[in-house]
Amino acid sequence: MTGTPGTPGTPGTPALAGAGADGERHLPIAAIRPPRPGRWIAAAVAAFGMVWLLYTVVVNENLHWDVIAAYLMDGRVLGGLWVTIQLTVLSMAIGLALGILAAVMQLSGSPVLRGASALYTWFFRGTPLLVQLIFWFNIGLVFPSFGLGVPFDGPKLVEWQANELITPFTAALLGLAINEGAYMAEIVRAGIRSVDPGQREAAEALGMSHRQVLRRVVLPQAMRVIIPPTGNQFISMLKTTSMVSVIAGAELLTVSQRIYLGNFEVIAMLIVASIWYIVLTTVASVGQHFVERRFERGHHALPARVRRNLRPFGKGSA
Amino acid sequence: MTGPMVKIRSVRKCFGSVEVLRGISLDVPTGGVVCVVGPSGSGKSTLLRCVNRLETIDSGRIWVDGDLIGYAERGDRLHHLRPAQLCAQRQGIGMVFQRFHLFPHRTALENVMEGLVVVKGVSKGVARGRGTELLERVGLADRAGHYPAQLSGGQQQRVAIARSLAMDPKLMLFDEPTSALDPELVQEVLAVMRDLAASGMTMMVVTHEMGFAREVGDDLVFIDGGVIVERGNPREVLAAPRHERLRAFLGQVL
Repeated sequence: MTGTPGTPGTPGTPALAGAGADGERHLPIAAIRPPRPGRWIAAAVAAFGMVWLLYTVVVNENLHWDVIAAYLMDGRVLGGLWVTIQLTVLSMAIGLALGILAAVMQLSGSPVLRGASALYTWFFRGTPLLVQLIFWFNIGLVFPSFGLGVPFDGPKLVEWQANELITPFTAALLGLAINEGAYMAEIVRAGIRSVDPGQREAAEALGMSHRQVLRRVVLPQAMRVIIPPTGNQFISMLKTTSMVSVIAGAELLTVSQRIYLGNFEVIAMLIVASIWYIVLTTVASVGQHFVERRFERGHHALPARVRRNLRPFGKGSA
Repeated sequence: MTGPMVKIRSVRKCFGSVEVLRGISLDVPTGGVVCVVGPSGSGKSTLLRCVNRLETIDSGRIWVDGDLIGYAERGDRLHHLRPAQLCAQRQGIGMVFQRFHLFPHRTALENVMEGLVVVKGVSKGVARGRGTELLERVGLADRAGHYPAQLSGGQQQRVAIARSLAMDPKLMLFDEPTSALDPELVQEVLAVMRDLAASGMTMMVVTHEMGFAREVGDDLVFIDGGVIVERGNPREVLAAPRHERLRAFLGQVL
């Protein structure tokens, strides 16, 4: 082909026919974008707004940055941080287990199991978490002791006093985990339902039992749908643990409050707590990204390393 | 030859008020290939799914290799099989689906190994060897590490066939195995099925591939409206259909 500029390919000859062959010319696209003054103005306003906000915060003497810095690594604050992490991880783990159990019951053939599961989600999603937390903390008023033995007032083998068993931590864990389980049940159920029924049939045709179908085929695929909202729940839980402060749960917010009741640095201590909450949620979102990638396995025609290069905001070819 | 591998007697099946199977009786001889054809909605896929009890039947009896499917006969009463017994029955019956239904989170090799490891309790090492052998047999040894999404439809279907064969079934059910494939991929799947038939596998094939039925089938069964309208040697039936409905159907698919 000997096309002059502006006439790629002669009429009747597809331009691709001679691609890479003799004389095919490289035609780079270096087009000029139309101006977008509106976007520039909006960006300038937003940038000014952010800088101004930052300035007023930094120079504000009422914020006591020195106090914030001093208490950020305070032993009591770090202790509260550790309790927050424990409460979050434990209540999410128990909540996920309860959620899977409730979701499997919900999808069972037995109306009694379905009913029990529905009752659970109905009740614990229907009452405020704050009320549940206070209730668990005061459970001793309803059931002064717990025992193992013959039901309906029969003899007991072992018995515990509620006042010894229910500390602020166990009450918080009970409240958070059982409440979370009710939400996780819906997330897990949606995940299980998202799996193609043909997958179940294929597994059954191989001779797998119901339990094997669930564990080997359905749940691993449901995880792909379950994980993103579970990550959200986890991040949300990191902050929801602060509600435990109403029963003095010794987590981040409770210890911050205790400190400001002594030194009257209310805002500074709240900022200390907030900084730690932001650190926790940021770390959790990075973790979520990696877990999601693990469960994306097999769901793309192209391997991850190729797909990264295709993404508009990816790392490029690095 | 011994008795028939599959014996179907007076099978009826309703979905709600619609009776999709209205008294089907059919034998599949051991080592034989029976092709089931018919218009969509005629009940041919349902019949196939009843044989490994993905569907229950409302009346009639189905035996595979002498075993009554789904029930145990004690005295003059039928008892539902326990789940474990049903699983044992299904192990002996391979099934290939129209939409493949490979496990997307497992590689081709892992798909083939899955039944061996999970159901038969074979060690992973042994299962890997057997899986590789089977992938070789369907011509996909070089795709062992690929996930289903990285395979073409024809390749996926061949992995699905290998996955079923791993269980050493005595009977293979094919539910329109080439209907979801691009035309140029149909032949590679049919070639694998042809080899399988030549190796003596008993096969029940629901299909629209009249060429395959003519060449490989020992028997052709035409189902319409939930009943068997015509049956016989595929070459004779296809050359000279006796019933008007089969003539009309063939006019549309050929």
